[in-house]
Amino acid sequence: MSSVTAVMQSSSVVVEIGGLPIRLRCDNPAFVRQIEERYAGYVSLSNEARFDFEIELAPPGTKSRDADVCVTWESGHWLMERGDFRAEWNPSTARGRIQQTINPYSLDCVLRIVHTLLLAREGGFLLHASSAIRNGRAFLFSGVSGAGKTTMARLAPPDAALLTDEISYVTWRDGRYFAVGTPFYGELSRAGENLHAPIEALYLLAKGPENIIERIEGADAVRGLLRNVLFFARDPEFVKLVFDTAFDFVSRVPVRRLTFVPDTSVWELIE
Amino acid sequence: MKNYQYVARSAAIAARALGDETMVMSATNSTLFTLDEVASVIWAAADGVTPLDEIVANKICAQYDISPEAALKDAQALVGNLAEHGILLISDQPLIHSSGSHKETR
Repeated sequence: MSSVTAVMQSSSVVVEIGGLPIRLRCDNPAFVRQIEERYAGYVSLSNEARFDFEIELAPPGTKSRDADVCVTWESGHWLMERGDFRAEWNPSTARGRIQQTINPYSLDCVLRIVHTLLLAREGGFLLHASSAIRNGRAFLFSGVSGAGKTTMARLAPPDAALLTDEISYVTWRDGRYFAVGTPFYGELSRAGENLHAPIEALYLLAKGPENIIERIEGADAVRGLLRNVLFFARDPEFVKLVFDTAFDFVSRVPVRRLTFVPDTSVWELIE
Repeated sequence: MKNYQYVARSAAIAARALGDETMVMSATNSTLFTLDEVASVIWAAADGVTPLDEIVANKICAQYDISPEAALKDAQALVGNLAEHGILLISDQPLIHSSGSHKETR
């Protein structure tokens, strides 16, 4: 009896990001171990989960990552597809299924999508941004690829806790916006620390000949934010939720344009 | 016989006025549009039942120093552009707007 229990436990892992535990089950223990390693720091010690996903592995090389992500709502299910995975999730039953090849990237994408969908209902979003906590306050550095997200993360002073160099997790709690650490990383290839703090400011990044900070307000701030929010779902209700959240966010959190020289002096301006 | 053109905001969008501008996001591809002051007036009046030339006459020509012909030409170009992006609907018949909302709980 005890050996059966051991086998069942080894085929699932609970990954908790942003306080949201998701159980991932797979009949391939090697892949479950791969998940545990990939999401180290975010693996929950508790077996409790709000959602359950069953992962079915396809033979390697049978699917490609080249296709665009497509997320649609159909007959009570979210359907998520890309060349390398197909997933469905029923929020009412809290269960889902992922068909993918044996690589961590497919699962990473599914988790990002699931979190964007859940966050939208709770007034949050995922943002193309690096983020870090310093002196109890979180700072977000947002921009397109090449804008300097990872550079800002690399230049962070030793007393800063890095939350991510690629995808920032923004939640709405107790009347404030918080940044939360994520295992979603970019060029840094390192998961963020599993911490959270109220957001002090959002910086929109641009590289330039000197360090300059300019306040951005109104439509410019909303545009700058929305340009970097992760939208996966082609769904009017979801888009409206995130759109409204973006307006609320810029009304509460200062948005600034940060033109910077890529050296450690830029962090002297962050406050 | 006069050909009327009716315009209505798509249900598959999110929109909000901010100052004199209106920001519109397409729900189908998340493209963001910013409408200037005049375009915002037309957008706000695009109820699907008021002909475009009436909107132009009552909302544009009444407020701005522009001839009806030039204003209508500009308005037609604008609504044509927005319709191409799927955020505005154009018809020669009055349009009944559907909410497009989902009733299922997600």
